[in-house]
Amino acid sequence: MSDLAPVGTPPSDALARRRGMREGLLPWITTPILLAALIGLWHVYVKWSGISHFILPAPADVWTEWLRLMTNPRGWNHTYWTLYATLAGFGWAIIIGVGLGVAIARVRWLELTLNPFIVATQVIPKVALVPLFVVWFGFGVTSKVIVAAVLAFFPILTNTVLGVKSIDEGHRDVMTSLNATRWQIFRRLELPSALPYIITGLEVGIVLAIIGAIVGEYLGGNLGLGRMLIERMNAFEMDEMFAILIHMSMLGFLLYWSIGILRRLLIPWHGSARR
Amino acid sequence: MDHVPMTAAQPAIVLSGIEKWYGTRDRPVHALSPTDLSVAEGEFVVLLGPSGCGKTTLLRMVGGLIAPTSGRLMVEGQLLWRGEQRRPEAVSELGMVFQDANLFPWLSIEDNIALPLELKGMVRAERRAKAHELCRLVGIGGFERRWPRELSGGMRQRAAIARALSYDPKILLMDEPFGALDAMTRDAMNLELQRIWMDTGKTIILVTHSISEAVFLADRIVLLSPRPGRIDTIMDVPIPRPRRSEVQSAAVFQDIALALRQRLAAIS
Repeated sequence: MSDLAPVGTPPSDALARRRGMREGLLPWITTPILLAALIGLWHVYVKWSGISHFILPAPADVWTEWLRLMTNPRGWNHTYWTLYATLAGFGWAIIIGVGLGVAIARVRWLELTLNPFIVATQVIPKVALVPLFVVWFGFGVTSKVIVAAVLAFFPILTNTVLGVKSIDEGHRDVMTSLNATRWQIFRRLELPSALPYIITGLEVGIVLAIIGAIVGEYLGGNLGLGRMLIERMNAFEMDEMFAILIHMSMLGFLLYWSIGILRRLLIPWHGSARR
Repeated sequence: MDHVPMTAAQPAIVLSGIEKWYGTRDRPVHALSPTDLSVAEGEFVVLLGPSGCGKTTLLRMVGGLIAPTSGRLMVEGQLLWRGEQRRPEAVSELGMVFQDANLFPWLSIEDNIALPLELKGMVRAERRAKAHELCRLVGIGGFERRWPRELSGGMRQRAAIARALSYDPKILLMDEPFGALDAMTRDAMNLELQRIWMDTGKTIILVTHSISEAVFLADRIVLLSPRPGRIDTIMDVPIPRPRRSEVQSAAVFQDIALALRQRLAAIS
């Protein structure tokens, strides 16, 4: 684009946009095809290998069980509790992760004092702590919320710290030369500037939160999809166990996908939101 | 409009004994030795010099971004620095333009231009109207709703100038504003800047290391020399306005450029 004649109509990038749209359509075509191929392979394998029903059930049977699960209020009740533990834990992880992240990125001595402890919480295999959480916080939903929060917290924190630290010095100079207050600098510069990083943290965090909730359910209590899965496994109800597995995966997809929506809504200006 | 520096009126900027030391106690760096300079209302002053001569340091002290180690700095009759403390009343008369446009990528062009007005609490409709007016002034009308990344480097720099003008400061401080642009765009922007300056009557201090840019734009060129940074020579540029691109081949232009080049070779 020439700078010498900047008047008139803005340039058209419709061509590039059309190409982007065509590329955006590709996964909508390939994903169903690949999925169908995979299920077909599964079906053929079960049919021709004579594998035991207790090791690998046929896809059609799993499908029937999944439909039953979807129409069964008990199934929805378990789904609700898993979703609740995931989102509540995720919510706490956001509040603590972003809050602490902003503080750490701004205050040097806070970073120096807290860093060893934060790293320590990460190197301890947290899943191994789940039984301890059950002892401390009981078999109810609280212990699951805490496991989800502990798992999701770290990526959110580290990304927030990175985001606030990555703020362009030139942008800071602009705010300083405009006499901006501390709050204005936070609201108009630091927060929007760090947002792409924070959202990347949320993307990792939400997946870890649902893992946390399900692992928490494996080890105690009588609610949630994790609990349901263990029960089905103990009863050798493999069709149902597979159906729950698929149900969990779809829940995970849905949550991950909502963060993608959030990305497009909150940071449409950022390269990562254009796809 | 009168482009001859007024002698009777109060100067826009007065530096008295402004000095800057950087670094640690054991290894101090003398960035700028005590400097006196006075810039008249409506004057176009260019700070020229090799790297390390303290020209950017000088500009950033006037812009309220770094505190001088000692000396007095008056902006529109108001003291800018009280020790390390910056006085906001004086800063509001200053608009800064940097080498990078420094537009916020999450704001549209109009919101970028209107950002200073938003910080001052102006209502949305009013600041939008002001942003549109400024877009036309700097020659990017029609691009108000675009993201900064959709504009070329030269157009982004125009937007940065519009942002600095938005709250109508009396003084514009420009730190190598066209240093990152290609030569052709740069020439076009120099012409544009001269026009904007003549339209608005601002006082401008511009930092550059381009001799031809300095001679083309300046009423007065302040040549600085390094180690430690200090004012070496001050040169008037008595070429009438508005100057056109062709003026660069005029004898008077060539003479000043040559004198500057020789002096620069001697000090660096």
